[in-house]
Amino acid sequence: MYSVINHISLKGLSVCVPKQIVKTMDYDWLTEDERKMFIKNTGTEERRVSNPNLVTSDFCEKATNELLKKLNWDSQSIDVLIFVSQSPDYYLPATSAILQHKLNFKKGIVAFDINLGCSGYNYGLYVIANLMSSGNLKRGILLTGDTSTLSTNFRDKSTYPLFGDAGAATALEFDETAAPMYFNIFTDGSGYKSIIVEDGGARNQFTEKSFIEHKIEEGIYRSGKNLVLDGIEVFNFALKEVAASIEDIFKESKIDKARIDYFVFHQANKLINECVRKKCRVEPEKVPYSIQKFGNTSSASIPLTMIYKIKEDLENKSLHLLLSGFGVGYSWGNTILSTNKITCTEIIEIE
Amino acid sequence: MTLEEFTLNLEKELEEVEVGTLNPDTVYRDLKNWSSMYALIIIAFIDFNFNIILNSKELKETSTIRELYNLVKSKSV
Repeated sequence: MYSVINHISLKGLSVCVPKQIVKTMDYDWLTEDERKMFIKNTGTEERRVSNPNLVTSDFCEKATNELLKKLNWDSQSIDVLIFVSQSPDYYLPATSAILQHKLNFKKGIVAFDINLGCSGYNYGLYVIANLMSSGNLKRGILLTGDTSTLSTNFRDKSTYPLFGDAGAATALEFDETAAPMYFNIFTDGSGYKSIIVEDGGARNQFTEKSFIEHKIEEGIYRSGKNLVLDGIEVFNFALKEVAASIEDIFKESKIDKARIDYFVFHQANKLINECVRKKCRVEPEKVPYSIQKFGNTSSASIPLTMIYKIKEDLENKSLHLLLSGFGVGYSWGNTILSTNKITCTEIIEIE
Repeated sequence: MTLEEFTLNLEKELEEVEVGTLNPDTVYRDLKNWSSMYALIIIAFIDFNFNIILNSKELKETSTIRELYNLVKSKSV
């Protein structure tokens, strides 16, 4: 689905991560050679891992408070709050409701959750921008992120060393002079089993069996409550769909690819992202990475990469950006937008 | 790309493999330190050079470099 959305200005970005750093070279479930190979191909040298007392909404709450302070926005002025995550506080209620209260947002707010992962930043932007474009809702906060490390099993070499935890906040405002935002958004649920946590939802409720670990293959043990990641299938999906969808948005929007200052990709892994970059014939200096220091941070990866690598440019220049999120679902999408000297916080750490 | 060139180029991609290790009849799954990471590198190599994306089932049906090459050739037609 291709769409153009008018009158929305991205005003600010903030991201919060756990203070605890876990280094891939210390991961003794892999041999030293395997660790080196893992780092070379995924890019993940280290990542941030939450302690059990902190979950996604805590990182998002901190990021929001710091961002509002820096923007000098009153918490009561926010008209819409969307929380995009696959690690909500509870099965119910919606985490966005809890955050409305914690953040001292007004009761007359539109607040709801969206259950998406790697594509979540693009989806979240699409939904919030659509809601706000009529002008009824003037200020919006989009929260994105996950505590994926809660779902990974130490004895699963295919997931454990890849994922990091983070929560991001993005501030948007209705602005009739804003440049259009361009989106294309896709879903293909035929690949739903490729990235999945099988137990704990309504279909497979938690039982004692959910906690029993099984050997899947050499180096991979997991239980029903752990994250499954079929690397080859996901890689195939990304090769087949992502670059083609990026080419499509340029064709549909008639925007010259050369005008884009930065292509900010979801930080899936370096091998996938480099394949996408090469297929799209984009120069390496236009593709920033955060995966080396933060791992795959799900729907926080795009704003985290922006703050980690291009903060100064975001704060001081007008930029044209292509943002691309892709993964679990399968679900993917791209956004072309312009920013004009936006407000960014530092990367905030909590423990 | 001939079978010999395919073998040499793939060896270059798999940087951890010592030069001269691979020949067309090498069972690539038996390589030291074989992991699914190698499979991703092979899939990326074939996609980049032949514009063909192999799925895991197709890849599993091959064991030697020659079989892999023949599969790619059969799909290039």
